[in-house]
Amino acid sequence: MRDQGLWTWHLCAGIVILVLLGLHMTIMHLDEIVRVFNAAPGEPIGWANVIARGKSAFFLVNYVLLLGAALFHGLYGLRNILFELNPAAGLKKALNGLFVVAGLALFAFGTWAAWAGYTVARGA
Amino acid sequence: MIENKGRPNRLGIVGWLAGGRWGFERYLYTLHRLTGLGLLAYFLIHIFVTSSRAFGQDAWAASMAQVTGPLFRVGEFLVFTAFAFHALNGVRLVLVELGFAIGKPIEPVYPYRTSVNEQRPLAIGVMILAAILTIAGGIGFLE
Repeated sequence: MRDQGLWTWHLCAGIVILVLLGLHMTIMHLDEIVRVFNAAPGEPIGWANVIARGKSAFFLVNYVLLLGAALFHGLYGLRNILFELNPAAGLKKALNGLFVVAGLALFAFGTWAAWAGYTVARGA
Repeated sequence: MIENKGRPNRLGIVGWLAGGRWGFERYLYTLHRLTGLGLLAYFLIHIFVTSSRAFGQDAWAASMAQVTGPLFRVGEFLVFTAFAFHALNGVRLVLVELGFAIGKPIEPVYPYRTSVNEQRPLAIGVMILAAILTIAGGIGFLE
């Protein structure tokens, strides 16, 4: 039952990623065709464009949501692949703990980086 | 994930590619996993590389300078291709899981009919869309 719930969250996270990463990829890699959220001329990773997007609360929320959804989706997917190899019960427990701790630590670091980037952009 | 109590996964990762005569969708399954692992690896590095934005313009420029050059350009294109495939194949998997594009249930009367052929057009359709998206993304990488 618990795994069924986690699997449903995995699918929901995939849909969130599809929308938010789709937007991110459009901004970063389809800029020759659809130039959105790249106000300054030049590369999407140019500092002027990074700052312009970084000032926006919309992108702050976007980055944090994408971070959380992608970490859950990716780490849960990796956990499923590893569990299919039939590890011992103790190893399964250790892997579960490792993924939860690693996921939370990466989410905390990424959220701090997104917030600090937002503060830097607002001050620029 | 449902516990496999009856038959353990004897082939392990080898079964992804060498499990027997699989259909087209089975290879999409393998590619979905490989691209997923690749995207996860990239994403974990990406979190640290882009966090340099928090330390200002010089740190950002130094960080970006570490990931430039033809090798990274090709790598970036591969990441985009993996994204295009994984995203669109993921949409297919969600649709199939929810019961779309797999045909209506029928009586199991001999000779039995497989539902695999029912979902084949969806698989081919999403792969064509993934190819178009990859080409569209490739234009920027050729600059």
